[in-house]
Amino acid sequence: MGSGAFRHSRRAAGVPWTRATEAARTRFYPVMDADDRLIADLADDLDAAFERLVIAHQDRLYTIALRMLGDPGDAEEAAQDALVRAYRALASYDRARIAELRLRPWLSTIVLNRCRTVGARRATRGPKPVSIDGDANRPITEPEAPEAATPTAVAERHAERDRWAVRLAALPTAYRTAIVLRHVDGLTYPEAAEALGRPEGTVKAQVHRGIALLRTMLEAETRPEPEEMTA
Amino acid sequence: MTTQLEITDTEATALADLAVRAPSTLRSSVLVEVGLMDRYGRIDESPLGPLIVAWNGVGVVSVDLAGDQEAFEARHLVATGRQAIAAEVPTRLANAIARRLDGDRRVRIPLDLRGHTGFEQDVWRKALEIPRGEVRPYGWIAAEIGRPKAVRAVGTALGHNPVPLIVPCHRVVRSDGFIGQYSLGGPHNKRAVLTEEGLDPDAMESAARRGERLLGCASTKIVCWPTCHTGRHMLERNRRPFRSLAEAGAAGYRPCKVCRPVAAAA
Repeated sequence: MGSGAFRHSRRAAGVPWTRATEAARTRFYPVMDADDRLIADLADDLDAAFERLVIAHQDRLYTIALRMLGDPGDAEEAAQDALVRAYRALASYDRARIAELRLRPWLSTIVLNRCRTVGARRATRGPKPVSIDGDANRPITEPEAPEAATPTAVAERHAERDRWAVRLAALPTAYRTAIVLRHVDGLTYPEAAEALGRPEGTVKAQVHRGIALLRTMLEAETRPEPEEMTA
Repeated sequence: MTTQLEITDTEATALADLAVRAPSTLRSSVLVEVGLMDRYGRIDESPLGPLIVAWNGVGVVSVDLAGDQEAFEARHLVATGRQAIAAEVPTRLANAIARRLDGDRRVRIPLDLRGHTGFEQDVWRKALEIPRGEVRPYGWIAAEIGRPKAVRAVGTALGHNPVPLIVPCHRVVRSDGFIGQYSLGGPHNKRAVLTEEGLDPDAMESAARRGERLLGCASTKIVCWPTCHTGRHMLERNRRPFRSLAEAGAAGYRPCKVCRPVAAAA
C-alpha cells in the first residue's frame, strides 16, 4: 500500500524530481528498506514471513511481467509462478543461503524466466495484441483520491501511459528488459546487472540504446504529415 | 555512439508511471498454491448430502458436512492455523472426489496432511486400502502398520481423520464386529455410508451378536473377514462362521492372503 502514497506525498510537497532515475527508485524505497529485515525473518521462519514478501514484491513483479508480456492475464500467471517458485526455492535453501540473497534482483531474475516461458507458450498459440491498460491495471502512482483531477485530465494521463506502454513493447527484448528493470521497476545498475546476469556496462548500453529508440519513435509520432507536393 | 545519452525527467517519469498494482487476486493465489492459505467450497453430491471441502496447492485439507460457513472458517483456522476463503471447487478436484466416493480407488487425490503425526498418517494410508463394500476392524489396521497393541490409538487416529469419505475411516469397525463411532456426524451416518456401499449394517451386527467374527469357505478351507470380496460368490452351504482365527485354524482353515485376518486383540 505504502509505496504509491509515499511517492505522492513527495510530489504533493513539491519536491522536484531532480535525478532522472529518482522517479522509479523512490517508488520502491520502502521495499528496499524492509528487505533486510524480511530476509532475516524468511531465514527464521519461511512460512510466517512469506506473505510479507508477497505483499512487498507483488506489484513490482507483476509490473515487470506486464511490461514484458503485454497481456494482464499472462502477466498475472508469470508473477504467480515466480512467487510460487521463489517460495519453493527458499524452502530448499539453508539459512546461510537465504541470508545472502538480495531479494530485488533475485526475484526479478525468477519473474523474467517465467516471462520467457509464458511468452514462448503465447507465441505458439498466436500473439495477443499489446493490451492497453484500461481499468484493469491501476497505476501505482495514481492518487488514492484525486481531488483536482478532472475526468479529462485522468483520461489524458491514461492515454499517455498507454502510448508509452506501446512504445516500450515495440522495443527489442534486450533493450526493453533493461529499461523495465532500470526505469520502470527502478533497480540500480548493479541490481539490474545481477538480475540479468550481464555485465553492468552491457546493461547500461542496452538502456541507452533503448532510450534512443524510444526517442526516435516519439519523433516519428510528432513529425507532421508531409505536405502534399504541388507542382 | 550515443553512450552518454541521459534520460530526461519527462521520460523517466513516463516510464516510472508504467508501474502498476498487482491484481488483488495475486496474493491469495500464491499463498494457496504454496499451502499457506486454503480455499473451501461446496460439493453437493455425497452419500451424506452436501459437503464442504477445503484444499490448497498441496492437496485436500479437510472434508466436512456442509453447514454454517463462518463456523467452518473458524474451525478450520483452529485446526490448521490457516485462513480459508470461499471459492468454487475446481472441476478436476470435484470430479476426482466424485469418482472416489463412487469407489474408484485409482483416482489420485493429493492430501495435505501437514501437522498430523506419522502414526496418524500410517493409519489413514492403511484405511485407504480397504475396498468399497468391505470393512476391517481397528485391530487389523493396528496389526498391519506394525503396532498390534495400538488398537485404541488407531480408533483415536481414525476419529481425527480430517478427510473422511476420501480416507474411508467409515470402513473401519469395532473389533467385536459392531459398527462403532464415526466422526462425520455420528454412527447413523457411518451406517448410511456403508449401506450406500452395498453393506447391511444390521445383518453385520446380528452376526457380531452371535459371535461370528470371521467367515470360512468349506470348499477352499480359507478364512476371511466376513466382507472380503473373495468370498462374495461363496455358496450358502459352504459358509462356515468362526469366532476366532484360532478356532478356524483348529478346523484346518488358513487365513485369506487378500484380506489378511488377524487374531482380534480387542
